[in-house]
Amino acid sequence: MSTATSTETQDLAPVSAESLAALLVGGRRPPRPSAWSASLTFGWRAILKIKHVPEQLFDVTAFPIMMVLMYTYLFGGALAGSPKEYIQFLLPGILVMSVVMITMYTGVSVNTDIEKGVFDRFRSLPIWRPSTMVGYLLGDALRYTIASVVMLAVGMIIGYRPDGGAGGVLAGIALLVGFSFAFSWIWTMFGLMLRTEKSVMGVSMMVIFPLTFLSNVFVDPRTMPGWLQAFVNNSPITHLSSAVRGLMAGDWPADEVAWSLGWAGLFVLVFGPVTMRLYNRK
Amino acid sequence: MSQHTTGLAIETAGLVKTFGETRAVDGVDLSVPAGTVYGVLGPNGAGKTTTVKMLATLLRPDAGEAHIFGHDVVREADEVRGRVSLTGQYASVDEDLTGTENLVLLGRLLGHGKKAARVRSAQLLEAFGLTEAAGKQIKHYSGGMRRRIDIAASILNTPDLLFLDEPTTGLDPRSRNQVWDIVRAVVAQGTTVLLTTQYLDEADQLASRIAVIDRGRVIAEGTKGELKASVGAGSVHVRLRDAEQRSEAAEVLRRVLDAQVQLEPDPVALTARVSTAASGIAAEQAARALGELARGGVVVDNFSLGQPSLDEVFLALTGHDTHSPKDEVAA
Repeated sequence: MSTATSTETQDLAPVSAESLAALLVGGRRPPRPSAWSASLTFGWRAILKIKHVPEQLFDVTAFPIMMVLMYTYLFGGALAGSPKEYIQFLLPGILVMSVVMITMYTGVSVNTDIEKGVFDRFRSLPIWRPSTMVGYLLGDALRYTIASVVMLAVGMIIGYRPDGGAGGVLAGIALLVGFSFAFSWIWTMFGLMLRTEKSVMGVSMMVIFPLTFLSNVFVDPRTMPGWLQAFVNNSPITHLSSAVRGLMAGDWPADEVAWSLGWAGLFVLVFGPVTMRLYNRK
Repeated sequence: MSQHTTGLAIETAGLVKTFGETRAVDGVDLSVPAGTVYGVLGPNGAGKTTTVKMLATLLRPDAGEAHIFGHDVVREADEVRGRVSLTGQYASVDEDLTGTENLVLLGRLLGHGKKAARVRSAQLLEAFGLTEAAGKQIKHYSGGMRRRIDIAASILNTPDLLFLDEPTTGLDPRSRNQVWDIVRAVVAQGTTVLLTTQYLDEADQLASRIAVIDRGRVIAEGTKGELKASVGAGSVHVRLRDAEQRSEAAEVLRRVLDAQVQLEPDPVALTARVSTAASGIAAEQAARALGELARGGVVVDNFSLGQPSLDEVFLALTGHDTHSPKDEVAA
């Protein structure tokens, strides 16, 4: 680095002490931003990062497409007679599964950010403390929306027809994105708690695989042994995918929507404060 | 809030931070007058950064108290954050974003409107000579440019107190001078600066008062003059024509100056540290010593009388020198 530094420095324009002095005197301190405005600004940062590193959209485009195609054609014939039949059942579920899986990258990005100095800068600002974390999640909500739209488009191409129409589909996606926002507080917690990116990945996998697979995403739980049914029927992912499936099919599954929102609230209430405690202690 | 009237920017008492078994900061007491540059000098690992992080509310002290303009760093952290700015050893801006994006982001977080944030960013980039690099991602910046953007980010709102944690570590001498100019401009506008450094000449150049810290403790504090006076009046440096005469010359200096004589790595050089407090007397004695050397037939090529450097101060205070791998730049 040192050689590059010295050559580039030769070309650097000089610091203008006069205009600097004028700036320092002229700068009046504006009132601090509201919690919402600070969070949105951090959300904007997340979007700027997508702009500069578009490769990170891979996991919300290529990965979901792969999930839809793979599971539809892998299980479709055996479970529902044909892939075309199966996609009617599978799509809302695989949508839930993929988006919930994608949430775990939140933990990784939080973890890599802490390693960099910018985190200390944010922590030294006089702003609403959780806004940094809320900002990550707002940026991620955009990613979840992209993933949902991509999967839905692929599903429609290979034969999925939502009976709920545009309204039902939008309601389903809104519920899913809202739930994922709340669920992601688990990952912000792990991102701050664990030391390395690899350990965050490892722990995330341990949580996410059983949670998403042990659900009604692929098959009806009635085919499972009793002890497993007990777990699956009470899993937040089962409630969520039933709710999304119902909404997209044009029903109003009030119970399942309430359960999903209840779980979402619980995640925020439990993991939000833990995350902020870790954030303040870091 | 009685501290307001005392005009102290920073006041700490018995500040302690431990990491496991290590007492990184072990009872630090500091009093930093508002409107000055205060140097915290110490080798790598002395506890400088840990101290700064506690003062900037990033770390919670395990014991002791710290007040910034009268506000407690733990109980009134938010109040403190509104008045201080921090520039870490690493460029603490987002590497993936451009210079402009970073400054606009921070400007918005500090409460500026969209337009005001853009205007202020553009002005700062201009003042720091970074207009051309404004649209480049920070990861493509050189070391000197990064340090500039980092300081620019710290003065988006003119802070009452600016922490500069080793602002020139790893910079070439030219960039270092430029950072010094920036620091002087900032202080001239009334901002208090707490500067940590491992470079003695940096503290010498910028700071009006200096605390020397080593192993988590303040081992000396005062103005530059006071610190230097505390180790003696100065040193007499002598270079001989002939290396063989060195032991003879050392003998003469020892006798005439009543001083400790150190043989330098250069076989013709030697240094005598004069212990008398007043340098006027040291000069007189040095003249006498020179005369004695000439009488004894020792040929002196070069002769100088110096105030003790902060290097010598440090050595005298700690019993070990300040050398670390990064020190070449300072030399």
